[in-house]
Amino acid sequence: MAGTLIYAEVQKGEIKKGSFEVTSKAKELGGDVAVCLIGTGVEGLASQLAKYGADKIYVVDGPEYENYVTEAYVQAFKQVADTVNPTVILASATAQGKDFVPAVAARLGVGAISDCVDLKKEGDKIVAKRPVYAGKAYVMTEAVADPQVIAVRPNSFAVKEVAGAGAVEKAAVSLDASKIKAVVKSIEVAQTDEPDQTEAEIIVSGGRGMKGPENFKMLEDLAKLFGPTATTGASRAAVDAGWREHSYQVGQTGKTVSPNLYIACGISGAIQHLAGMGTSKVIVAINKDAEAPIFQKADYGVVDDLFNVVPVLISEIQKMKG
Amino acid sequence: MNTVVCVKQVPDTETLIKVQGAGIATEGIKWVMNPYDEFAVEEALQQKEKMKAGAVSIVSLGPARAIEAIRTGLAMGADTAVHINDAAYYDKADPYATAAALAAAVKGLQYDAIFLGKQAIDDDAAQVPAMLAEMLGIPVVTMVIKFEVAADKSKATVTREIEGGQAVVEVPLPAVFSAQKGLNEPRYASLPGIMKAKKKPVDVKTAADLGVSEGPKTVVKEMTLPPARQAGKVIAGDDAAAKAKELARILHEEVKIV
Repeated sequence: MAGTLIYAEVQKGEIKKGSFEVTSKAKELGGDVAVCLIGTGVEGLASQLAKYGADKIYVVDGPEYENYVTEAYVQAFKQVADTVNPTVILASATAQGKDFVPAVAARLGVGAISDCVDLKKEGDKIVAKRPVYAGKAYVMTEAVADPQVIAVRPNSFAVKEVAGAGAVEKAAVSLDASKIKAVVKSIEVAQTDEPDQTEAEIIVSGGRGMKGPENFKMLEDLAKLFGPTATTGASRAAVDAGWREHSYQVGQTGKTVSPNLYIACGISGAIQHLAGMGTSKVIVAINKDAEAPIFQKADYGVVDDLFNVVPVLISEIQKMKG
Repeated sequence: MNTVVCVKQVPDTETLIKVQGAGIATEGIKWVMNPYDEFAVEEALQQKEKMKAGAVSIVSLGPARAIEAIRTGLAMGADTAVHINDAAYYDKADPYATAAALAAAVKGLQYDAIFLGKQAIDDDAAQVPAMLAEMLGIPVVTMVIKFEVAADKSKATVTREIEGGQAVVEVPLPAVFSAQKGLNEPRYASLPGIMKAKKKPVDVKTAADLGVSEGPKTVVKEMTLPPARQAGKVIAGDDAAAKAKELARILHEEVKIV
């Protein structure tokens, strides 16, 4: 029977939200849903996928998968794919997914469709909608042959609880070590309790208008009021000025985000920034320059000095929360 | 060190996009080298300068106009180029077909490393580097922001961006690298560079010349502009505080976030 195979990504010992998103979406599209979970000590996570629609979970677990290396992961996934023989392969278009998906597709001798924001089933084909030209246009794209390999932008679909059969199987995979040439020597990742920008439901983001690093505290305070699914972001101008770490950067050279609410404070809205946040569900812009391009994208605009707006916004929301 | 840099000519970032069929209307467009490919060219040039040996070859798939992007690379300092000048192949090419054509052209060249931009800013697919590497049977490291090569050219130690941080990866050469912003500061072509570029050799081929008949593996059925956005609501108020209060009310009652 026609089915989907999903690549589930694990970061810091947890399955990425985007992997759950594509799993429940696959269930909704129909057919058997299998998931391939790769990592070190990840077997215990497998059962979580059943809750979101996985009928079968293939676990590839071993010390050799501790750090993501394209070739090792591609080899392992390909062996699972050869067993499952899926018609569709889905992955979340995270930083890792963007590296993994084209490599896997090429190994399977098929094409790939990157960074999709919607999927529709037409007969045996998935028609995928994706932004091009930095979000200035959309294309509807389909693969000419199976498996149809598709990466989905995080936060494009809700995680839905839908039971799958949830059978867990340890996949028998043998790696050809002679082909795994890249070696990860070290990894440096910022430690934070905040959700990653790509997974956050609310992002309070600051740009050049923030005037200095010390003023981002205000945005952090606002984000905290929105709860644990909120975080802060930054424009390239703020990152280039050294006010925020690059891991906060939203835009073409940074992260692509699709939160429910994006509040842009002192961000003019260059096309490269819009490319990274244009698919946010609700956009609020606070900027004293009424001509700033961000206002053309914003659902709600406040034309005023953010230093007078944000503190009052914070105290008002505090009042509402009692 | 010998390097190959694959570049793509794309519409300038500020281009107003008009849809025509399943693509864009091309009249009036200002074409430029894909900005991320500039980092790729710059890195190849810096490596050549550091090693004081080797050559930099530009490879590009595109119609006749793509020669301008190729000349830009040559004017920056690249030595030679291959132009896969094949509008019919290019018009249908998806990332897979693009990689297949580039791979065929690259196979005829000497290289220790291949550089590309992390993505082209037209289709924003970010697939070609990995696919090219697969077709050549060599490793790939994407999103590179720092690149160092061992004196004997046997391996490279690179820093790549990962989610929330960076990873240092060691990889034997030859390998494919995709360049992210931050890798370097691309140079501008100098006037003498531009004059010299006109005389540098460009090998012009068609896909058929290269023995490539690979059809696209994905097809664009339709292109649309984003739905016209309803004019955003400008929040009124006598002063900043009044506007902030109104925004708080909207977030609570209309957006239902608070």
